[in-house]
Amino acid sequence: MSETESSGDECVLKCKKPAFVLYRNREEWKDVVPIPQADVHNAVVAINYSEKFKDVYDYLRAVLAKQEKSERVLKLTEDALNLNPANYSVWQYRREILRCLKIDLRRELVFSAKMIHQHPKNYQVWYHRKAIVEMLGDPSAELELTKNDLEYDSKNYHAWQHRQWVVQTFGMFDGEMVLCDTMIEADIRNNSAWNHRFFVMSNTTGFTPQVVAAQVDYTLQQISKAIHNESAWNFLRGILCQTKDGISGNIKVNTFCENLIASNNISPQLLAFLVDINMALAKEDQQAREKVKELCMQLATDVDTIRHNYWNYLAQTV
Amino acid sequence: MANGRDLKLIKDFRFDEENVSTVTSIEQINVEDNCEELLYQTGLASEIEPDLPVLNRKQHLEFLNSSLKYLPKGYEVLDSSQPWLCYWILHSLSLLENPPNAEVSSALVARLARCQTESGGFGGGPGQSAHLAPTYAAVNALCTLGTVEAMALIDREKLQKFLYSLKNADSSFSMHHGSEADIRGVYCALSIARLTNIYTEELFSGSAEWIVRCQTYEGGFAGVPGMEAHGGYAFCGLAALFLMGQEDLIDFPAFLRWAVSRQMKLEGGFQGRTNKLVDGCYSFWQGGAFPLINLILKTKEGMPMPLSLLFNQEALQEYLLICCQHPRGGIIDKPGKSQDLYHTCYGLSGISVAQFGFDPSHPTVIGPPENKLVPCHPLYNITSESAEKATTYFQSLPCPCPGRLI
Repeated sequence: MSETESSGDECVLKCKKPAFVLYRNREEWKDVVPIPQADVHNAVVAINYSEKFKDVYDYLRAVLAKQEKSERVLKLTEDALNLNPANYSVWQYRREILRCLKIDLRRELVFSAKMIHQHPKNYQVWYHRKAIVEMLGDPSAELELTKNDLEYDSKNYHAWQHRQWVVQTFGMFDGEMVLCDTMIEADIRNNSAWNHRFFVMSNTTGFTPQVVAAQVDYTLQQISKAIHNESAWNFLRGILCQTKDGISGNIKVNTFCENLIASNNISPQLLAFLVDINMALAKEDQQAREKVKELCMQLATDVDTIRHNYWNYLAQTV
Repeated sequence: MANGRDLKLIKDFRFDEENVSTVTSIEQINVEDNCEELLYQTGLASEIEPDLPVLNRKQHLEFLNSSLKYLPKGYEVLDSSQPWLCYWILHSLSLLENPPNAEVSSALVARLARCQTESGGFGGGPGQSAHLAPTYAAVNALCTLGTVEAMALIDREKLQKFLYSLKNADSSFSMHHGSEADIRGVYCALSIARLTNIYTEELFSGSAEWIVRCQTYEGGFAGVPGMEAHGGYAFCGLAALFLMGQEDLIDFPAFLRWAVSRQMKLEGGFQGRTNKLVDGCYSFWQGGAFPLINLILKTKEGMPMPLSLLFNQEALQEYLLICCQHPRGGIIDKPGKSQDLYHTCYGLSGISVAQFGFDPSHPTVIGPPENKLVPCHPLYNITSESAEKATTYFQSLPCPCPGRLI
C-alpha cells in the first residue's frame, strides 16, 4: 500500500491507509470505560508502551471484563493482535467470539492467512489456523497455503508442522513425495524436506525392501552430487535402520562408500557413516572394531577435529 | 586458562560448497564470512594480547540493569512474555553474580504476582490467562530471586491442579487451555513440578512414551512426532526424560551423534537443525544437553568415563565471546543481529555450561579468569546455587495431595 508523493489529495486519499483513530476518541465506543493494566506504574521491567498499544489494550480489558462478544469486539481483537500477535489470551477470546456469533469461518481463514503471512514464525497464528480448519473440517486450502509460505522460507518449522498435521489428519499424502522431490531439487540441503520424505514414507508405503531399495538409489544419487551434505546421509542412515539388515547390510551402500574412499572423495559425513556401519559389525568382527578405531582417529585428528572429544570417546567404547 | 583453537588457521574450516550452490550454502558461507573475520582477527590480536577474548561484564550489566528498569517500545511484542523478561534478566544477572538489591527484588516479586492467575499458573502479563511457558519462567525467576517471599508466592496446590488440567489423552501437555501441545509442554510441566515438589507419578504417566515418539531418524527430538529434530525441542525432550528418570528409553547413541553434529566447525557455536545456521541461543539448548549426556554415560555399565563434555567447550566459548558480544552490552544470535534479553540469557547460560558443565570444581575457561561465570543447573537452567536453595525450601513442604480434577 504505497503513498504517492505527487498527485492531488484525491490520489493520496485513495492510496493511503486511513489513519488510526484511538478507541477513546471513537463515538461508537463511548459506552465503554477503558481499564488500564494492573501495574501501570511498574517500578521494574516496564515496557514503554505506545499510546496506541495502551489504548487498544485498555479497551480490550474492558470488553473482556464484561465478556462482550460482538462484531466490534472482533475488530478490536484484530487491532490487538496486529500489535502483539503472540497474545494467546486474545486469540482464545477471538475464537470464543467466532463460535458465539457463528461467524463464517471462511472469512476467518482469509484473516488467518494474512496473519500467517505477516508473522510466519509465531506459534499462535498457526494454532489459530489449525483450530479454524478443525472447526470447518475443510483442509482444501492448506496445502497451497503452506506451500506458499515455504516459498518464502523453505524451512519454516510451523509451516511444515501444519502441513504434516493436515496430510495426516485428512489423509492427503498423494502429492507429498513429489513435493519433497521438488524441494530437494531446489535445495539438496533442505533438511526439512528430507525429514518430510521420511514422514511420508512412514505414513504410506512403510519401509518394505522394494521401497527402501528405490529410496536408497535416490539418496545415493543425491549424495553423489554433494558428499558433504549431512541431510542426505542422515536420511540414508534413517531408512536403512528401518530394515532388518540395518545400516551395515546393504551391499549397494557399502560399495558406494568404498568407491568414494577408493577415489579419495572423503567427507566427515562419509567417514561417520562408515563408523556406524563398522560399529554395527563390531560385536562379532574384530576387523570392524579396528576399522572403527582407525576411522575415529582420522576424524578426531584430521577430518572432523571440532568433534575430537566425541570421536576419541567413541573409539574407546568399541 | 584453557587452550582454544588456533584461530589464525580458522579458514581451514570453511564450508565446502562442492560446486552445488543452494540457498543453504549461500547463507552458510555468508555467516562464515563474518565469523571468520572476527575469529581470525582475535587469533592475530591474541599473539600480542594473550588475555583475549574478554567477557564484557560491565557492558552486559549495564544492558541488564537498564532492562530491569525500562524496556523500549519494541518489547510490546513480548507483552505476553513478561515473566520471561524477568527470568532472562534475573538469570543473566545471577550468572554474572550481580543480583538485584532487596528493593528491586521485592518489586519483581510483586510484578510476577500480578501475572499469577486464579488457576495457580502464571500468564504472560496481568489479566492474561495461565500458560505453561510464562509459568515455567515465573517459577525460575522466583527461584533465582531465592527469597522466601519469592518462593512462597507460588500456590503449590493450585499449580498442581493447573498442571493436571493441561494433560491430554495421549499424555502430552498443552501449553494452555485450548492450545497447541508440543514437547515444550511436558518439559515445562516437569521442571515446575520437580523444582516446587508437586511431582506425582500419576501426573506424568505415559508422558515418557509420548516423548520417545518425538525422537526422529536423525537422533534428535522434534516438537511433535513426525517433525524435524530441533535443538530447543531436543533439550526439552532429554531434560524431561531425565526429570522422570526415564532417560534410558531413548536411542542414546543416535541422540549423541545428532547432538555433537550440531556444533559448527568454523563458527564453534551450535545450529538448531541440520544444514541451518549457527545461533548463540543454541549454546544452551544444544550445549546444555551434554552434561546430561555425561550423566547418562556414567550410569551405563562398562562404558569408559568421558574426560570432558563431548562437544568442543573451548570453541563454543570462542564463538560467544568473539562473535556474539554486542558492543553496547548483551549477547546476540550471530554477527549482524541486534542484542536481546533472550539471547543474552541463553548465550551466558551456554558459556556457563561450556565452562562448568564437565567438572564445576575445575572449569574450562577461555580468556582471563574474570570470564568465569557460575555453574548452571542443566535441567532447569537456573544457577546450581538457586536450584539447591529452591529444592531445599520446597522439599521441606509436603507434596500436595494429588487429585485429578476435571
